[in-house]
Amino acid sequence: MNNSLLIVLIASGIAYGTPLLYASLGELLAERSGVLNLGVEGMMLVGAVMGFWTVQRVHTSAGIALTAAILVAALAGAVMASIHAFLVITLRASQIVSGLALTIFAGAAGLSSYLGNDLNLSDAPARHTFHAVFPASMQRWSVIGPIVFGQDILVYVSWACVIAIWLYLSRTRPGLNVRSVGESPAAADTMGINVTSYRYAHTLAGGAFAGVAGASITLAITPQWVNGITGGAGWIAIALVIFAFWRPELCLVGAYFFGALQALAPQLQARHISLGPTVLWTNALPYVMTIVVLVVVSSGTARSRLGAPAALGNAYAREER
Amino acid sequence: MRFTFERRLRQPGWLSLAVPVASVLFAFFVAGIVLLATGHNPLSTYRQLFDAAFLQTGSLNQTLIVATPLAFTGLAAAAAFRMKLFNIGAEGQMYIGAITGAAAGLYLGGNGGSSAFVIAAMVVMGCLGGTAWALIPGVLRAFCKTNEILTSLLLNYVAGLLLTYLIFQSQSYWRETKGFNASVFPTGKELPPSAVWPGWTIHVQGGITLPLGAGFAVAAAVVLWVLYKRTRFGFEAQVLGDSDRAARYSGVRVRRKILAVMALSGAIAGLGGASQVGDFAHSVDGDPNGLQKLGYGYTGIVIAALARYNPYAVVLVAFLMGGLENAGNTLQGANFPAGLVGVIQGIILFSALGGEVLIRHRVRIVRTKRGVAATEPGPAA
Repeated sequence: MNNSLLIVLIASGIAYGTPLLYASLGELLAERSGVLNLGVEGMMLVGAVMGFWTVQRVHTSAGIALTAAILVAALAGAVMASIHAFLVITLRASQIVSGLALTIFAGAAGLSSYLGNDLNLSDAPARHTFHAVFPASMQRWSVIGPIVFGQDILVYVSWACVIAIWLYLSRTRPGLNVRSVGESPAAADTMGINVTSYRYAHTLAGGAFAGVAGASITLAITPQWVNGITGGAGWIAIALVIFAFWRPELCLVGAYFFGALQALAPQLQARHISLGPTVLWTNALPYVMTIVVLVVVSSGTARSRLGAPAALGNAYAREER
Repeated sequence: MRFTFERRLRQPGWLSLAVPVASVLFAFFVAGIVLLATGHNPLSTYRQLFDAAFLQTGSLNQTLIVATPLAFTGLAAAAAFRMKLFNIGAEGQMYIGAITGAAAGLYLGGNGGSSAFVIAAMVVMGCLGGTAWALIPGVLRAFCKTNEILTSLLLNYVAGLLLTYLIFQSQSYWRETKGFNASVFPTGKELPPSAVWPGWTIHVQGGITLPLGAGFAVAAAVVLWVLYKRTRFGFEAQVLGDSDRAARYSGVRVRRKILAVMALSGAIAGLGGASQVGDFAHSVDGDPNGLQKLGYGYTGIVIAALARYNPYAVVLVAFLMGGLENAGNTLQGANFPAGLVGVIQGIILFSALGGEVLIRHRVRIVRTKRGVAATEPGPAA
């Protein structure tokens, strides 16, 4: 029962979807404040390499090393995001070009590869990794065993993050302020809300989440460092935010759906199930499905665009109001 | 004291040259700090870089080999970005152009067509392949309003998987299936001699070959310049880029423009793919660590931005960036930090972006008046 394709796909979809979930929650925070950051892929890669480095070089117990790794990854992601924040918030540069620049700067042929090489990370697997939290006996329970109790701590923390961000945006005063900054920065400014600092804070928080997303790949899913290990996950995460109508709870659904699509290729290969050019279509499926979903979401134009923050992508200049 | 930005009514011409040059210098300065911080000597690293890019025997020849595809992807990005149509898919469009261009070369060359005819067919097929791939995000943007940045980018991964599939995971028309080598390591089928593009050799620095593709790239730059500076089409595209609403009210057919510009951008990138096969590789390179690792499409975006979308400047910048990339490739491993070139490119792009602000705005330092600040109610008062 627990080995049936469906159960395995759901369970590993949650595992594979967790980096997507962290990254899209971070992008959601930035976009809700009106800052589009296309540098997610780059920030994830730098987070992935720095988190991995911490685990390899800090010689303490597994728990402390992994906690430190997550913190370092978050910090690295936030530092990357601060470049974008400075360019688009303070200097009012194009958010699209700046985000692309961040991905080129930090991405597979840039800083992450420089660091990975310079710190000699690609020669060994991770010394510590995230493991399933609950005892093996609970994981053997039918259906909910592998799906609910077979996950590592990062998965459970991500659930807490979804609830926290949902509460923050919908039930708190600062959350309301963020939304107003994203919808109408001029009105928010008139109300005495500091647009600049809200945007900085949420762009940096977005970077931190992307960094954690990267580290969750190198420390939980494929515990090693390979150049460009994220393989486009950052871009899928950006698409997920649109797909989720800028709502955290829908990010979770989307992330697990795309996680399951990613898990499909190795599962089908392991079970010797083939259907036409299986290698090609299973590997391409997450990308193609992302495009399909984007089309479905955007074709209802005005109606379904309700979720998009109105000032998304626009710089705010008080003197040009 | 604080800074204010005042919008310039007239943008001085010298700034549009000074800002990119300063961006490059600044990038090398910042990358130098990164090098120092990680225990490398920046000066000797940069000397190595310039030697390998332009000065050593054979280096200019290698630089041209890298600069040619970069000129194509740079022009492809410039053509679309100018209209604020963000086609990030030059990478994938180039792969597809390589596949369709190679198909024409293999088929017609194998059936004994004359060289000029075969090459012309490869050019056309390369352009068509790139166009077809670019029209997927183009059509989705024009008719479904789907964000072209994400769709064109995601299609790069699909094109890369297709490229690998054709050579490594299937017995396709493009794959070499005969001979001993083919059974050891999968490779693409070699083009027949009539499908190999000619080059002109200059006898300096151990022989520099000017590839035919470089000539096509320059021609494409001229066409783009004329199109954007001298025709109604280009004017309307730029109006559309500056203000969607103004263009719509003045009767520009927006959908048609989006499709045309995406097709044009894809055609240039696809031609780059055909040139990659005809000029240099002479077979389809499906290795995930080959063409796909080089990321020509992404570097093209850096080039286009640094050239401020001016086609002639794109060709020049592509040559300089080609030198940088070539040096990065040849020096890789031998005491040379990998990824450095990408870091430098990223910083160049950041500073060029920051510099845009200086071109558009005048930055003033304003002294806050103490007297005014003191009368403001606040926790300190």
